[in-house]
Amino acid sequence: MTFTRALSQVISVVTPLALAPLLLGWVNQVRAWLSNRRGPGILQPYRMLHKLFNKDSVMADSASSLFRFAPYAIFGCMLLANAIIPTLSTDLPLASAADAIALVGLLALARVFISLAAMDIGTAFGTLGARREMLVGFLAEPALLTVLFSASLNGKSTALATIVEAVVHRDFAIYPSLVFAGMAFTLVYLAENSRVPVDNPSTHLELTMIHEAMILEYSGRHLALMEWAAALKLFAYSTLGIALFLPWGIGQRATPSSLLFSLPSLALKLVVIGAVLALVETFSAKLRIFRVPEFLATAFLLGVIGMLTHILLGA
Amino acid sequence: MDIANLELDVSAMPAEFTLFRGEVSSDEWSTAAFAIAEDHGRLVSLWGNQRGDGTFVLSSVYDIGALIWLDLPLAKGSISYPDISGLFPSANRLQRAVGDLLGLEAAGAADSRPWLNHRMWPADYFPLRKANSGKEEFADDLADDYQFVQVLGDGVHEIAVGPVHAGIIEPGHFRFSVVGEKTLRLEERLGYTHKGVDKAFEQLFAVDGYRLAGRMSGDSTVAYAWSYCMSLENIWNWKLPERATWLRAIALERERIANHLGDLGALGNDAGFAFGLSQFMRLKEDVLRLNKKLFSHRFMMDYICPGGVERDVDADGLAVILAQCAVVEEEVRTLQKIYDDHSGLQDRFMTTGIVTFDVATKLGLTGMAGRASGIIHDVRIDASCAPYSKMDVHVSSRETGDVCARVDVRFDELFESLRLIRNLIGNLPMGAIRTEYVERGPEGSGAGWIEGWRGGIFTALYVDSKGQISRCHVHDPSWQNWPVIEYAVIGDIVPDFPLINKSFNLSYSGHDR
Repeated sequence: MTFTRALSQVISVVTPLALAPLLLGWVNQVRAWLSNRRGPGILQPYRMLHKLFNKDSVMADSASSLFRFAPYAIFGCMLLANAIIPTLSTDLPLASAADAIALVGLLALARVFISLAAMDIGTAFGTLGARREMLVGFLAEPALLTVLFSASLNGKSTALATIVEAVVHRDFAIYPSLVFAGMAFTLVYLAENSRVPVDNPSTHLELTMIHEAMILEYSGRHLALMEWAAALKLFAYSTLGIALFLPWGIGQRATPSSLLFSLPSLALKLVVIGAVLALVETFSAKLRIFRVPEFLATAFLLGVIGMLTHILLGA
Repeated sequence: MDIANLELDVSAMPAEFTLFRGEVSSDEWSTAAFAIAEDHGRLVSLWGNQRGDGTFVLSSVYDIGALIWLDLPLAKGSISYPDISGLFPSANRLQRAVGDLLGLEAAGAADSRPWLNHRMWPADYFPLRKANSGKEEFADDLADDYQFVQVLGDGVHEIAVGPVHAGIIEPGHFRFSVVGEKTLRLEERLGYTHKGVDKAFEQLFAVDGYRLAGRMSGDSTVAYAWSYCMSLENIWNWKLPERATWLRAIALERERIANHLGDLGALGNDAGFAFGLSQFMRLKEDVLRLNKKLFSHRFMMDYICPGGVERDVDADGLAVILAQCAVVEEEVRTLQKIYDDHSGLQDRFMTTGIVTFDVATKLGLTGMAGRASGIIHDVRIDASCAPYSKMDVHVSSRETGDVCARVDVRFDELFESLRLIRNLIGNLPMGAIRTEYVERGPEGSGAGWIEGWRGGIFTALYVDSKGQISRCHVHDPSWQNWPVIEYAVIGDIVPDFPLINKSFNLSYSGHDR
């Protein structure tokens, strides 16, 4: 029993680790298709990780140990975040170890590390990126919290597993509070994962970058960890979205076989989410940086409306 | 402006456009500049030359409705001439370049820092002097102590960008002084692609120089080659067969189309709209591939040659060009609608990087960017040569001077170029495509002026009695427009710079020479 539970937990950690680059590859491939390009194929992120892990890592002379340590810390944070989120099952050993607020804290910890590492070298771009990341972060975090609170009102608990079970066991209907929370979550999702219209993951214009500016000085295995962590973050946010708003199909027992049964529904949902993300990115232009606060304030507002709706309507 | 009011001893030179030339004294150099500036004349170019007897001549060309070319011979041993950058701000960098290459000093200039010399050669070495070969080698540890202008104040900090960039673009250094995200000041430093083209010209025969001219800036190779060939044909007084000039114009308009397509796509991409890039690049690629097929080279390099063009386009080829015009026009109309209706894109384009008419006039903004700020000049009309003199070119312009205006002007010019190509093909005369010429004409000097896609490209060519180039100065409109970007970004936010820069899309290579 303990062994199968432990094995289940391992599977639910390895799955994001293995599939996160695939999700990124899928989004990039759909983006390519939508602009009439052939695209590099969905396995491209794996090839890139393989390439980067085999390259030497170059360190700036001014780099401190923080710069060296940050990729591991960030990667660890993202991996742990994926372990907390009920991706394949709600009944996992680690599920009770942390709730939604701890998840937000974990993501914030990664943000602190990436920003500090960016400023550590002392180049203008790193500082520029870190400054903008903090601007996005301090607006996105409260918006994300309101989303999580709206969702937690259903199960009267901030534990993610309880939230999922509460939604699954209710009648299938459109709940206004969840619709508002869902809209807010979509905006936060775009901002937090450095996607268009807030940031552009494919840009190499130094002066417009946010996430790319922060990891500009990384190379080799450190860059590989940073890229992988970014993919894990996208995966974590995607599965968090699934857990909060589309939880049907997530297993409720912690046996390896039940996990395997919930894998197809997870894959299907991720394919759809990836395609929608690519569609949104293709149709949007990037916002001026000073429009980003408006964008995230809208997310916050929608989250608050979601909470109020639940309290007023009870739905 | 009436040339008579200048009270200068000038005479008309043989050229397809109106060109006067005269020698002036040091005082006349200044008074002429003053009078031309007063009357809103424009500085086209400025360069120096060393004569066989070792004395120096400084030359400038102004556009006052007609072109006027002034030569200021300096006395033996003298290296000083009066500064005109107070009247024409665009002369500042041109004068500094003359200082770096020839060692002449603009007396009274406020800014005398080096420009092209990044201490790749010593401060007392001047590559364009006849005594130097330009091939001397120097230690590479010379100290480069270029002083940027410092902005002081609470919270002001500098962002240094380039010359090595994260993307694949030409090298240039940009020093921003910012508060938060707001740009207080931008200072450019260029010259990283200085190749010594002026010196390289001096080793070539005049009939071969067009190939080097066509390599000054690859995206404008047709305009450069035409400008060079025009100056040579003016010196040797060659008359071109009509069909040759018609074919040249088709090539020039196709070059404009290809560049505008590429820029429109890149402008979308720089605003995060990658869809635009892939669509416009697809169209541009079609144009380039047809170039390769019909003109032997994707950018039509070496297509224009002294006396005409390298190869004829047959009736089938012309039909393919017409068919492509139709496809490009239809698709670009659709894409223009997508751009115009996209609120996110328009929000980025509008009010970004404004260059008002007054600033543009004062700084001498020229070409396509100038037309987007309401300066309605186009060499195809102002100094039109065949076949443009027989055509009705519609000039597009905007008043707002922002990125959006430069996008709109590009769309307009693209459609206009498609229309011109249809007209050119419809009226294409039959006959030879190249004039029969003798290898060696008389010695002399002459000028060529052609509207490239960025703006007017001016060539001043000096040929000696052996048919060899003794000096060739090829001027890119980017010399005028680079300093204007420093003004366009003031008050804008830092992340908008790539968009503003791309909306001008100036040449580094053509500028650095």
